[in-house]
Amino acid sequence: MDELMQILQKAKPDVDFELEDALIDDGILASFDIITIVNAINDTFDVEVTVAQLKPENFNSAEAMWEMIQELQD
Amino acid sequence: MNKFNVLSLLEESASKYPERIVFKDKDEEISYSNLKTVASRTGLWIRERAGLCDGEKNKPVAVFVDRNIKSLLLFMSVVYSGNFYVPIDATLPKQRIDLIIETLNPVLMLSATKRKLTVENVIPFSETPAGSKNYDEQESLLEEEVLALKKVRRTGIDTDPLYAIFTSGTTGVPKGVLVAHRSVLDLVNRFTEVFPFPEYPIFGNQAPFDFDVSVKDIYNALFMGGTVVVIPKAYFVMPSSLLPYLKENKVNTLVWAVSALRIVQNFKLFEACIPDDLKLIMFSGEVMPIKCLKYLKEYLPQVTYVNLYGPTEITCNCNYYIVDREFEDTQNLPLGEAFENSEVFLQDTETLKRITEPEKLGEICVKGTCLALGYYNNPEQTAKAFVQDPDVSAYQDLIYKTGDLGKYDEEGNLYYVSRKDFQIKHMGHRIELSEIEVVVNALDEVHMACCTYKESEELISLYYSSQSECDALVRSAIKEKLPAFMMPGKIQWMEALPLNEHAKIDRRKLAAL
Repeated sequence: MDELMQILQKAKPDVDFELEDALIDDGILASFDIITIVNAINDTFDVEVTVAQLKPENFNSAEAMWEMIQELQD
Repeated sequence: MNKFNVLSLLEESASKYPERIVFKDKDEEISYSNLKTVASRTGLWIRERAGLCDGEKNKPVAVFVDRNIKSLLLFMSVVYSGNFYVPIDATLPKQRIDLIIETLNPVLMLSATKRKLTVENVIPFSETPAGSKNYDEQESLLEEEVLALKKVRRTGIDTDPLYAIFTSGTTGVPKGVLVAHRSVLDLVNRFTEVFPFPEYPIFGNQAPFDFDVSVKDIYNALFMGGTVVVIPKAYFVMPSSLLPYLKENKVNTLVWAVSALRIVQNFKLFEACIPDDLKLIMFSGEVMPIKCLKYLKEYLPQVTYVNLYGPTEITCNCNYYIVDREFEDTQNLPLGEAFENSEVFLQDTETLKRITEPEKLGEICVKGTCLALGYYNNPEQTAKAFVQDPDVSAYQDLIYKTGDLGKYDEEGNLYYVSRKDFQIKHMGHRIELSEIEVVVNALDEVHMACCTYKESEELISLYYSSQSECDALVRSAIKEKLPAFMMPGKIQWMEALPLNEHAKIDRRKLAAL
């Protein structure tokens, strides 16, 4: 989770990822942020986030992203 | 027929295909004939609300836009009113919106968005005639309305402004590029001459309406009797629905920013869905990576691909290249040839002479009907960029200096090389790095600030010096004044910035960090 937090902070330093739970729904993350984040997740956790995962419910919060990563790793 | 107002494009298509859908978004749609009626009536209402007398025209009307057809309907209404529209993104920081409004001094402000606005005295869509009842329930124009509209139209000429689009300015004040009817009429004529549009083009609109890329969707569609399908912004953030939406709407034409097409490649979207109605894909905004083009061609071999080049100041594009061969990953796509009725040439930055020999670097300059009228209410910046052709002295003959450096290869193909100044293209957005520096330098705590851009990592870095580290302060100042895409990815405090032998900030040293 720490590694994920680092990725998110680096991609978007002005957002409090501990608190936000509507990153997509509220338009806090833009398309280029998602590209940066997904590429970093793929590299760091050795997973492949595919089209099917690119849904708001998987990216609205750091927590949700972490759950998605763990599912992908299984 | 010799057209001199873009409304003739709409009206001709409305008489040919009255029932056809012209604009469509996720929630609603409108036919050509209904658009003509509703926009005409709203146009007259705009004149009344703005208190314009007979003969008054060419006033700025601000439109707060969103990803919906209401925005487009208001644009057309403003044109019917004899004025020009200025799209404004409602999500911009308040201070930036205020700067735009101050430059414009609009006679009226309308809103097509449901977002809460930071500006007062904006009339919501629901309070305009267009929002008063369903589009298909509006009664046809009354005789007196037709007469009043005729009167307005009779005063119009093709050098009247059609829209102003605001873009990043070096001094910290955004510049409003003002474009005339004739430039857009020229654009649609050239586009339909050279590109193989489907007989009934259905455009999948990606470009925000405060970007001039969307001008190509709107007016090419109006000219050819096509349909513009507005794609929700969220589909580019979470793209699992993006391609299914194109397929569902039988979209066959895309005029997209390179950065949007890269989303398709980055997320390998074709693995889940192939929108095989596509016939024509045009892209612009930055250099197209060959890897991305190859990915598109692999899944959509039947499509014609076009590389477009040009800044907002020459009305979208001045050069085009229809991809007609294979490229290596390390090669660049050429900018191709100039559209007819536009002259594009390289100017030696020292001697100001035209360059014709290969491999020699020069500034790309443009001349023709495509030239914007200048920057609204900003004669200084206009005079800097729109200048007399140095080869002509006997009469007035303007060229636009793009600030882009280019060169010809042995075969005479033109290539983009780099910028002459500190303007960058970041994720499809045009940004003056100095505009970020101005905001940071304005802080009392900050001594010096400098931005660099690393293209390979798509990273804006900001270096600043001050008594002690104050990243949070710097970050909140940027957030308050500038659009989100201008926030640097890296903010670095330094005790002092490195200087070169001329005692200026050593950008090269910073760029190498």
